[in-house]
Amino acid sequence: MTESLNASNIKTLEFDALIIGGGGSGMRTSLELAKSGLKTAVVSKVFPTRSHTVSAQGGITCAIASADPDDDWRWHMYDTVKGSDYIGDQDAIEYMCSEGPKAVFELEHMGLPFSRFENGRIYQRPFGGQSKDFGKGGQAARTCAAADRTGHALLHTLYQNNIKEGSNFLNEWFAVELVKNQKQEVTGVIAFSIESGEVAYLKAQATVMATGGAGRIYSSTTNALINTGDGLGMSLRAGFPAQDMEMWQFHPTGIYGAGSLVTEGCRGEGGYLINADGERFMERYAPNAKDLAGRDVVARSMVLEILEGRGCGPKKDHVLLKLDHLGADVLNAKLPGICELSKTFAGVDPVYEPIPVVPTCHYMMGGTPTNIHGQAFTQFNGVDEIIPGLFSVGEAACVSVHGANRLGGNSLLDLVVFGRAAGLHIQGALKSGGGVGASSPEDIDAALQGLNKLNDSTTGFEVAEVKRELQSVMQNYFGVFRRGDFMEKGVAELKVLREKIENLHLKDKSLAFNTSRVEALELQNLFEVAEATAIASLIRTESRGAHARDDFQERDDENWLCHSLYDPTSKTLSKRDVNFEPTQVDTFEPMVRTY
Amino acid sequence: MISINIYRYNPETDEFPYMKEYSVERPEKDIMLLELLNNLKEQDSTISYRRSCREGVCGSDGMNINGKNGLACITPISQAIQNNAIHLRPLPGLPVIRDLVVDMTEFYDQYEKIKPFLQNETEPPAIERLQSPEDRAKLDGLYECILCACCSTSCPSFWWNPDKFVGPAALLQAYRFIADTRDTKTAERLMDLSDPFSVYRCHGIMNCVSSCPKELNPNHAIGEIKSMLLTNRHKQKNLIASDGAGAI
Repeated sequence: MTESLNASNIKTLEFDALIIGGGGSGMRTSLELAKSGLKTAVVSKVFPTRSHTVSAQGGITCAIASADPDDDWRWHMYDTVKGSDYIGDQDAIEYMCSEGPKAVFELEHMGLPFSRFENGRIYQRPFGGQSKDFGKGGQAARTCAAADRTGHALLHTLYQNNIKEGSNFLNEWFAVELVKNQKQEVTGVIAFSIESGEVAYLKAQATVMATGGAGRIYSSTTNALINTGDGLGMSLRAGFPAQDMEMWQFHPTGIYGAGSLVTEGCRGEGGYLINADGERFMERYAPNAKDLAGRDVVARSMVLEILEGRGCGPKKDHVLLKLDHLGADVLNAKLPGICELSKTFAGVDPVYEPIPVVPTCHYMMGGTPTNIHGQAFTQFNGVDEIIPGLFSVGEAACVSVHGANRLGGNSLLDLVVFGRAAGLHIQGALKSGGGVGASSPEDIDAALQGLNKLNDSTTGFEVAEVKRELQSVMQNYFGVFRRGDFMEKGVAELKVLREKIENLHLKDKSLAFNTSRVEALELQNLFEVAEATAIASLIRTESRGAHARDDFQERDDENWLCHSLYDPTSKTLSKRDVNFEPTQVDTFEPMVRTY
Repeated sequence: MISINIYRYNPETDEFPYMKEYSVERPEKDIMLLELLNNLKEQDSTISYRRSCREGVCGSDGMNINGKNGLACITPISQAIQNNAIHLRPLPGLPVIRDLVVDMTEFYDQYEKIKPFLQNETEPPAIERLQSPEDRAKLDGLYECILCACCSTSCPSFWWNPDKFVGPAALLQAYRFIADTRDTKTAERLMDLSDPFSVYRCHGIMNCVSSCPKELNPNHAIGEIKSMLLTNRHKQKNLIASDGAGAI
């Protein structure tokens, strides 16, 4: 990359469809497309089974009526709408919950090694926020599990079936920037092979962002090091909006100090949280659901316990997850991965001792706004308008089935249901002649600018240092509890940081497996996501789901029963209507949300 | 101070690989080796290695730590330090792309060769295929493999014949599908492994078992495959004998 890159000195690789990201959603999309005969490539910055889906533990929530033969997808839908604090789109939630069983059975037929009940059906465990009979029938057990390694089992099964169907992978390729033409159609991406450093224009009729979350905007997160919001970073730089970016889930049980996830399935199997007095404090905050209340509710309760001086340890800065009463047999059979992680990262064996835990950034409910076909859109004068050529699925997308708070086990379902839906739609659209126009050499050059600037840098700011600054701003000002004056400070600090982000110094200019180049580009993506988060959080003046403000403690349905839409060009927030029009059931009207 | 010695090779500038020594303050906390590497990369951004989940489930950061393969992210430095030093080299036996990054193509090719996907040509039911908990338990210790390659790249037989010997990781997965009661291609799977190289190049050296960071036992799976192959051959012989008898 010594001479400046431009449209005439990089090669073009042409595809029908391009999927950026080889995690659960990307590989479910590609599986659908592999069967279609369209020329497809999955562009993944890591070998697909290294994607973050692998870390999902507890399961995939779906009304397959195994634990309870009377289970009903409408009950799952009710829980999901309530969990979203009523800003999940009801048409999308309906689609996910009703199509879910089909998608889960497909996974089983593909070979996913689900745990089983005695009758041979798929094992389901209770998870937070689950109920029977629209909240009136008590706790449900709706999360289908492969021990506590469901994400690993799911991701490997999808990769294996992609091998079976002959999917085409560009592994260890890093997508840098969207290429768009003057009609604002997306025509592919600029990407490079990490191994060789060779840059190419990957041209496609459909570009699917399946790039996952961006938990690395926070210094403490359950997310993998690779979760840097690359797709969202690219689309924000291209001027496309992001929705509900203030909504970040803090998982109640990240291992204290290490951040690794401890599945909600632990509490589903009967574990519970205790404070320094040994009290099962969730009984006070959620008398009915207790430790299985919504994640936002549990996380806030934990922080309040800590703030009120009932935290554990010498610094009184965490609480404990008690599991020993379940016994070694249950723990080894149902939660073997947790026992392993806990021994490695907390130094405790849950068979004998409780695990120190603390709420930890876990999941991005927001993302690129899409319809149920994965088509990304923007708004023009308050009207949704499809962005030709651009799709998004999985955590990168905001379809929106999670609204202001995701229920446990719903992310894996989201991946497979909407990955499949996007694949089906793209197939249909391209086969019936849909597609996008061409991009000019100038359009391609424009998409190469950022990479050229980084490659040409001779001075500038240190990537590691700037990343630390960014993460500490987000951790300090945009955590579990938020306050207007602190957030204003945060937004101001980000403004200063942008200057540094645009002037990073890439010292190592080599081509072959240069991970410092990748890390610099990832940091730029993280920044875009962080800025969207900060501005959206400051402007939404209410508390809803995961967005909890000390200065606006109540939910404000009059003003904020809506999505927020962040425009990266003007850095402003507008409101977008939530869908309240499911087709097969009556609308679930907003109610006071208690557990 | 501890001395971290890292295998360095950049194909653009180095004719030969070399070991580079970094002297660092021993961290007060017993951090994981990956964290130590990340800190070191802040001082020398040119060091290359793979990493992703940082909790031992994605299998990215397999490397040779003081002569033994393991994952950097779940190896505490207290375990890695020997005589105040740590030696880090890429996984042995595969071509080095740069520093601690190896080309894993041969490893993945062997994985693909064993057809690592469920095969069942009967029409699936409208719900899931049923499987008893006992039958499902047969997959424990097999499906958890993270494809880190620590086992295969510690196996002398794989070093000799990476193109023909399937290697412990892929054989573990071959057995994962053989053992799955939902898979109907057991005979074909065994047939595919019946040549002199695919499975029989395993001589029970057991490096795979001692290097697996997930404490899986590829050697046991290979043993099961071998005994199934022998039983099968026995059956085939009987079949030939009885056919022959009929001819007389």
